Amino acid sequence: MAKRKTPGLNTGSMSDISFLLLTFFLLTSSINTEQGIPRKLPPPKTEDAQDKTVDINKRNVLNVLVNFRDEISVNGEVMMVSELKDKAKEFFANPNNDPNLPEKVSKPIDGIGDFAVSKGVVSLTNDQGTSYDMYVQVQNELQRAVNELRDETSLQYFGKKYNALDSAAQRAVTQAIPMSISEAPPMDYSKTGAAN
Amino acid sequence: MSRFKKTGEKETPELNMGSMSDIIFMFLFFFMVITTMREATLKVHFNPPKATEIQKLEKKSLVANIYVGAPISKNENTLPPGEVSVQLNDQTIKAEELVADVRDFIGTEKESRDAIDRDKLTFSLKVDKEVQMRYVNTIKQELRKNNALKINYAAGKRETAK
Repeated sequence: MAKRKTPGLNTGSMSDISFLLLTFFLLTSSINTEQGIPRKLPPPKTEDAQDKTVDINKRNVLNVLVNFRDEISVNGEVMMVSELKDKAKEFFANPNNDPNLPEKVSKPIDGIGDFAVSKGVVSLTNDQGTSYDMYVQVQNELQRAVNELRDETSLQYFGKKYNALDSAAQRAVTQAIPMSISEAPPMDYSKTGAAN
Repeated sequence: MSRFKKTGEKETPELNMGSMSDIIFMFLFFFMVITTMREATLKVHFNPPKATEIQKLEKKSLVANIYVGAPISKNENTLPPGEVSVQLNDQTIKAEELVADVRDFIGTEKESRDAIDRDKLTFSLKVDKEVQMRYVNTIKQELRKNNALKINYAAGKRETAK
């Protein structure tokens, strides 16, 4: 067979293809970002502040206990993780001003006006034997309760969801619905022999 | 059939190398995007718990990681009773040096940042979901003592509620 001239390849569209691939990978590959549930620890104990016990009304506290078997009790009532969110939401919102649920104090807030801010505090106690997974689930459910309330308040006052608000409005909503979790020193089932 | 007309001897045409650079750049960009600089190689098993209400941390340069999990190799230092290791920077720490090591770690991490950013420094607790809370509590206590109050419980994304 005689040698024949192969026609020159048209490579003009090669760059288009390569850019297509580039965009494809850019969109599909998830960049490994740092994500999680952010929390603030209370400032370290100082000597003089140690004696000061804050007297909190019983109705203002939601006692969440997680034992070494990863079972949850809320104010003495055994619960599943899935029920915790609604319980916490009801606790923070107290829509019918139930005398057994936290009291509210009316506070002026920029951008919202007077808002009845709940005095409720979640007291979270875990056992030393609690699994980290369950701890994060509980934190997550409490966060979810607060986030949903914040979304509702945002929709009511600003007509948008919390995440869509600008930072000033977000601050106002955060003031209206504070996230108050207080962590009690952990129990240790393995040492005491009985959970107290 | 003039299309298949045979024409005498021909030389092979040169390949057009113009688009080679495009491909190279494509790979370059791709790898630039997906690589995350991890300064430490993992020495513990870390399988994060899944959660729905996670937030992304704003600045990666303002995050210091503390890994807690079962050691990958048997030679690592563990905390008693010997199932869990704590990794700071590149090494697992010994139980008796935990307090000092965590303090030094917080100190060096804070010092390596500008004075303005120091308060924004977040300590990300990358804890395996099987770990018992006693180890996490110990570390949280140390962080609190050393005034490193901004923490983050690293978690993966879960779409639906349990």
